[in-house]
Amino acid sequence: MSDSSTDPDAHINRAGGPGSSEDPFLVVEDLTVAFPTEDGLVTAVSDLSYQVELGKTLGIVGESGSGKSVSSMAVLGLHDAKSSRISGSIRVGGTEVIGLSENKMRKLRGNRVAMIFQDALAALHPFYKVGDQLAEAYLVHHQDASKRDARRKAIEMLDRVGIPQPDRRVDDFAHQFSGGMRQRAMIAMGLINDPSLLVADEPTTALDVTVQAQILDLLQDLQREFNSAVIIITHDLGVIAEMADDVLVMYAGRAVEYGTTKELLTHPEMPYTWGLLSSVADVTSDTSARLIPIPGNPPSLLRPPTGCAFHPRCAHMSKVPGDLCSTELPPLAPGERGGDHLKRCHLPNPDAIYQTEVLPEIAPDLVGEDSHR
Amino acid sequence: MTDTNLESSDGTRPKDTAVRPERDATEDYEAPLRVSSFSELAEMGHVAAALDPDAEPVLEVDNLRMYFPVKAPGIIRRTIGHVQAVDGISFQVPEGGSLGLVGESGCGKSTTGRLITRLYKPTSGSMMFEGHDIAGLSQRKMKPLRRHVQMIFQDPYTSLNPRHTVGAIVGAPLSVHNIVPRKQILPRVQELLEVVGLNPEHYNRYPNEFSGGQRQRIGIARALTLNPKLLVADEPVSALDVSIQAQVINLMQDLQREFNIAFLFIAHDLAVVRHFCPEVAVMYLGKIVEIADRDTLYGKPAHPYTQALLSAVPDVKQAAIGGRRERIRLEGDVPSPINPPSGCRFRTRCSLAKEICAKVEPPLLQIGPRHKVACHFPGELHHHPARPVTTGILGVDDQGSPVSGGSTVTTPPASPGYEKTWFDVETQQMTSG
Repeated sequence: MSDSSTDPDAHINRAGGPGSSEDPFLVVEDLTVAFPTEDGLVTAVSDLSYQVELGKTLGIVGESGSGKSVSSMAVLGLHDAKSSRISGSIRVGGTEVIGLSENKMRKLRGNRVAMIFQDALAALHPFYKVGDQLAEAYLVHHQDASKRDARRKAIEMLDRVGIPQPDRRVDDFAHQFSGGMRQRAMIAMGLINDPSLLVADEPTTALDVTVQAQILDLLQDLQREFNSAVIIITHDLGVIAEMADDVLVMYAGRAVEYGTTKELLTHPEMPYTWGLLSSVADVTSDTSARLIPIPGNPPSLLRPPTGCAFHPRCAHMSKVPGDLCSTELPPLAPGERGGDHLKRCHLPNPDAIYQTEVLPEIAPDLVGEDSHR
Repeated sequence: MTDTNLESSDGTRPKDTAVRPERDATEDYEAPLRVSSFSELAEMGHVAAALDPDAEPVLEVDNLRMYFPVKAPGIIRRTIGHVQAVDGISFQVPEGGSLGLVGESGCGKSTTGRLITRLYKPTSGSMMFEGHDIAGLSQRKMKPLRRHVQMIFQDPYTSLNPRHTVGAIVGAPLSVHNIVPRKQILPRVQELLEVVGLNPEHYNRYPNEFSGGQRQRIGIARALTLNPKLLVADEPVSALDVSIQAQVINLMQDLQREFNIAFLFIAHDLAVVRHFCPEVAVMYLGKIVEIADRDTLYGKPAHPYTQALLSAVPDVKQAAIGGRRERIRLEGDVPSPINPPSGCRFRTRCSLAKEICAKVEPPLLQIGPRHKVACHFPGELHHHPARPVTTGILGVDDQGSPVSGGSTVTTPPASPGYEKTWFDVETQQMTSG
């Protein structure tokens, strides 16, 4: 399995994925999340491993149903034990989350780990003042604090996320805020207890580009300030390219490619990642670039395809000898160029295919741009 | 409500919509998508649409306004103000071409789309289509024209009636407009389903049995039913996954080429608009602030708002090779359209704003062969002129006060098309290139 250009020992050291010798804050190992349904078992996440260090950002991309949200909700212990089957290991700052009692989980959640949701209007309560909701999040984890302290903290946080006149706005309701301000308020709520890990699930999807840029800047500033680990879940590769240090590409519940952002975006080795890159338009690229869709639809997780789950939509299957793609699940193995790049694909020489076949079609202006690397 | 019941015509009973789909939505639904090689797949992808500069306009919008009244609370409900959702916009959509309309939420782009399809009746202005001014037509006179102007909606989950079969949805326009005898509706529906890449045998299925991308294809088939000349596509792909977005955009490009349909393409995604539309208009608070061909608008934008908007778009391929563009931060939110700022509406968030911007509204000035911009200081990023260029046209001094005795300055309304001569910003002269 090991490529001649890769050092087999190095592979063992980074089995968990890209990362250095430091002990990462979040370690997810062999996570599997399945939901029993009337129609059978839906395995939403299979054997997923990744890690995030403090001060670093991991981007998780994939289509709807690829398991990106489900895996992150597991990190926060948000799955109901009765309706889901979770196995594997999730360690947050050394604490094992899977199997943790609800009481202990509640202490962890909102305090060391917080989440920002996509739809801020739905995530904020319409009947309570925004400030009261922020104060509540603070009081839950600071039981000796007075209500006045909590209010002061809420105003301070609203100020930090750039809401004008926070001492007046603290008494507003969610509907009185604009879309960008609601998202800021939710970020303020997520950060009120200085969490070490922030999970942002599509934090800017519903927002205009100008507001998206403001929110992404804000997240970066706050991350630098608090030195927290951040997971950004998105389907927008542009957001990933700007924000993430590492990228995890998911398909049908599995990691299919994992590496540092620059490496993964310039030398992707998995046809699904190629598909994602070739199906997004750019504002600066050559206008002779083609927009090439991924044919078909994402698979059903009730009956995932055999072998590589992507094979029914893959245009490069003929380059793999025999029917390996449809019979055998490829392992998540180091990429051709070594480093910390992992990919799940049978293709023998993916980088050459990408640089000579795919790139000239989707970004003719970038061909040969970084051949020096 | 239309009552086209296709099932009854071929004897099958309508199925209860509450039944869970037993079929898996990913199975054998779509027309041949199995590709054997990448070059075959690449052929399915399209390059950006090209501009035809000589195309005649199919739609000409002139000084269009839509003011929604704001009523006081209470019994009398006096009108206490107006939301100036669209305030004096002019543009042309060329036959078989595409005009993109971009801007932040609340800028009036969707209202514009709904005005053109006459879902709203405009407050004033004209919309010339097929020799008729459709702005003032009554509903009855409008009906025969409606078949030529159709709409594709944003959300494929709410824009299809869950209790109607796909056949009924796509066939409804045919029976409403009495185009073909009842018996010929089904063959036409099946033909349309095939055109948009769905299995024609699935006409008796319900929308809930289809995935998001397939539903959007159904919405497109419905819009195509009457062979329209103009399609208003309001955020047609923003509710879809990225890989599916590309499928739908390619499909719309195919259909445009095949049936010579003009598109008014409304979207907030500047990259998608760039790919689909050879011409693009940028709206801000009910006005067009810049309109130009693609290369000019994306390559040399002259309005500070367009520049800020473009700089905010994350760019995958550039960021990947480390070429990160400079980002212009826009502070705050879009002001209220009930009480918009005086003069230039963008001045409250603009880094170039001077006294004149608060006093006089900048005209939509043509500054290139296919380039108009509404700014007193138009120019490429970091090369905006130091003095306002509009003073000569408006008859004001650099501070925006009238020079020749008069007390008020009126900004001339823009014309929908482009002139042969234009104002050159460098030389401050009229020129013809």
